[in-house]
Amino acid sequence: MGRLFNWASVQAAGGFWMPEQGSTTAVAVDHIFSLVLWVSVFFFVLIVSLMVVFVVRYRRRPDRLEAEPSPTHNTPLEITWTVIPIAITIVIFIWGFKVYLDVNTPPANAYEVMVTGQKWKWLFTYPNGHVDENLHVPVDTPIRLVMTSEDVIHGFYVPAFRLKRDVVPGRYVKVWFSALKPGEYQIYCTQYCGTGHSDMWAKVVVHRPGGFERWLQQASNFMKTMPPAKAGELLYRTRGCAQCHSVNGSGGTGPTWKGLFASHVPIEGGRVMVADEDYIRTCILDPTKNVPVGFQPVMPTFKGRLKDDEITAIIEYIKTLK
Amino acid sequence: MTGIESGAAGFGVGGNALGRDNYLNHERGIKSWLLTRDHKRIGVMYLVVILSSFFLGGIFAELIRTKLLTPGNSALMTAKTYDQMFTLHGAIMIFLFVIPGIPASLGNFVVPLMLGAKDVAFPRLNLASFYLWVGGATLALVSMITGAVDTGWTFYTPYSTTTDTSVIMMVAGIFVLGFSSIFTGLNFVVTIHKLRPAGMTWFRMPLFLWGIYGTAIIQIMATPVLGITLLLLIAERALGIGIFDPALGGDPVLFQHFFWFYSHPAVYIMILPAMGVISELVSVFSRKHIFGYSFIAMSSIAIAVLSFLVWGHHMFVAGQSTLSSMIFSFLTFMVAIPSAVKVFNWLATMYKGSIWLATPMLYVLSFLFLFGIGGLTGLFLGALAVDVHLHDTYFVVAHFHYVMFGGTVIAFLGGLHYWWPKMFGRMYSEFWGRIGALLVFVGFNTTFFTQFVMGSHGAPRRSYHYQPQFEAYHRLSTIGAYILGVGFVVIAVYLIHSLLRGRPAPANPWGGATLEWQASSPPPHDNFESTPAVGDPYDVEAWTWDGAVGGFVRRAPAVQPAGS
Repeated sequence: MGRLFNWASVQAAGGFWMPEQGSTTAVAVDHIFSLVLWVSVFFFVLIVSLMVVFVVRYRRRPDRLEAEPSPTHNTPLEITWTVIPIAITIVIFIWGFKVYLDVNTPPANAYEVMVTGQKWKWLFTYPNGHVDENLHVPVDTPIRLVMTSEDVIHGFYVPAFRLKRDVVPGRYVKVWFSALKPGEYQIYCTQYCGTGHSDMWAKVVVHRPGGFERWLQQASNFMKTMPPAKAGELLYRTRGCAQCHSVNGSGGTGPTWKGLFASHVPIEGGRVMVADEDYIRTCILDPTKNVPVGFQPVMPTFKGRLKDDEITAIIEYIKTLK
Repeated sequence: MTGIESGAAGFGVGGNALGRDNYLNHERGIKSWLLTRDHKRIGVMYLVVILSSFFLGGIFAELIRTKLLTPGNSALMTAKTYDQMFTLHGAIMIFLFVIPGIPASLGNFVVPLMLGAKDVAFPRLNLASFYLWVGGATLALVSMITGAVDTGWTFYTPYSTTTDTSVIMMVAGIFVLGFSSIFTGLNFVVTIHKLRPAGMTWFRMPLFLWGIYGTAIIQIMATPVLGITLLLLIAERALGIGIFDPALGGDPVLFQHFFWFYSHPAVYIMILPAMGVISELVSVFSRKHIFGYSFIAMSSIAIAVLSFLVWGHHMFVAGQSTLSSMIFSFLTFMVAIPSAVKVFNWLATMYKGSIWLATPMLYVLSFLFLFGIGGLTGLFLGALAVDVHLHDTYFVVAHFHYVMFGGTVIAFLGGLHYWWPKMFGRMYSEFWGRIGALLVFVGFNTTFFTQFVMGSHGAPRRSYHYQPQFEAYHRLSTIGAYILGVGFVVIAVYLIHSLLRGRPAPANPWGGATLEWQASSPPPHDNFESTPAVGDPYDVEAWTWDGAVGGFVRRAPAVQPAGS
């Protein structure tokens, strides 16, 4: 239908109703979906065709101003159309519950990744401590996600995996999946969480056998393989700096990093300091020591959470933000 | 019933009272309206404010759909404005329009008439309910100016306790609206218990009254829970008392339990009166007795009871225990059964009838089609494993609109067109009535069916930005929303035209056998000139068209039209 309606893009992956099947769960869920779909189509066609047939046959016309005599109730018939739907829904209920139990029971040997939701991004922490903005997993391996939120409720959703769970602050929720084939799959946030709700996108990257281990080793080693300013930017995004400090000059809980380096910073108590390497290092390790005017002393210390070379990389990154 | 003797003003229509004393001209002046205790006038005032709310909520909907024509940023509104728009669309449509909709406007007008009564049991309380509505609505509207809420109409914590918008004002408004709802319910329960005329036993009562009664029970029992929940929310926001926010030691999921403990029964507050309307209309316009009266009546009560036990299905992915999810899933399927039974009974009523495709009947057919889809798509969401995929996507948005719009709003429109001649004593253009019904039907399906497909493909709801792959669906959906808008403009125009210029209506233009059709159109201040004769409310075949009267008259010689 031309440019106004480009249907091809959405239909390319998956069928008319469902997206492609990316996990073992997807296959099981789609079977139930199909059953419910055909039950629904049957009853819908039944209702609408009866309606149409009745309207056509019994419509009011000059030779048909009165209804024909017919019973006003028929208890066996009414019990029948009460009992049949009950039976059908019980079948759907049992099947839906069984698969739900399966998807809530992770296998014992699952590989575990920590998921953190925050306004407005996802962070994935691997067993070796590496933090990434996308979820990388090996194919054909049960993956267990342990999820929590740092602020409000988020919803972790991978349509291709038929996987969704609210990520609630103050508790850990666990889900699992096993990806069927290598590729990239979309992650959304489905629990409304504010202005950036619809930007909380990330990818699941499913690696070929062996590929995941290579990726994790390389990604964990980014301090050595990336230029310091690049590595600093990655740390800024993945270690919680971005939640309070902007890099574009806009306001936040903490001062923006744009134009920060080498600027003169008024400090609570009347002093003015130059934001050089030492100043920034002190701010990271002992944040309440030199609080800039107009901000609250609310930043936690990063002593022990950032290594020396990581602090250096962050400083290098701040230098680039002119 | 009088025949053509209403000729004081020369209308020549049986039972029309426009030229003589009726409730509209019984007293004059703005004060006589604002301080009235007449259920009919209160019903009309509710109709005005409720339709105004519907208009406002509709404007927000059209703006939202216009933004969604493109996936990226929009010059029309920012992400924050978009969030405020969908919140206000939801809050206004739910709390100001759909919940009071049928009971407060049509119900207020029709319930005492159907009972052959002079008024509701507590006329002063009825007026108080109206002013509580106005007070609550005012608070809600003021909150739009002081900082429009951006939480979604569900006010989930901890987002709602931490956002910088006027949550307290909006929530206080809804708290007050809740009391309006409780008082209306209380009034109807007592009215139906105490004011039924001699001969009208529970099972000889019109099914609309069963629907209203079921709704009233839910209003009285569930709404206080919403009130308490909203007070707790205000306490947490204003005083920092930790109930829901984990940062203060609270539990955010507790809010969802409380909220849905009201808000799930609330969707039955919305749908039960609609089902009551359909039960009346399908019998009258098939010119045939309703089929399976007792099954329809009992299914209303079954729905009212079961509606309290399914709230957990809103939290299948929120982290409640597997056992809770199992129980709620099972009960969710069970609450679907009474609705299915009603649909089959309505279809059986049409069987061998003499189906009259007047405008109200077109809304009945529309209802069966749309509510059928709405109900059946509920099966997908009740099935636990499938719900995990569909939860919080456009599939849920579409399902909800098929039930609430395709069900409640369509039935409301059907009822409005059915009782319009009784309310205002004038007919509307049948031609334009049918065009309007058709436009609404086509526009609605175009808007929302596309959202089922989008949702099952994984498009999350409440999203300002979306993946380009969904653009085609969003565009089609928006075009549907515009068609829907045009449909409502058409309806508004011919209804206003009818008020001013419409052909005078007879007492009984459709051949209904319920008591309101024995009053003149519009009814006198005291509803009936003489005590109406109580009979089977679905004995519509006893009424036959009389060309001389211009309306339906009773066949039996007992109540012979005077003018024939």
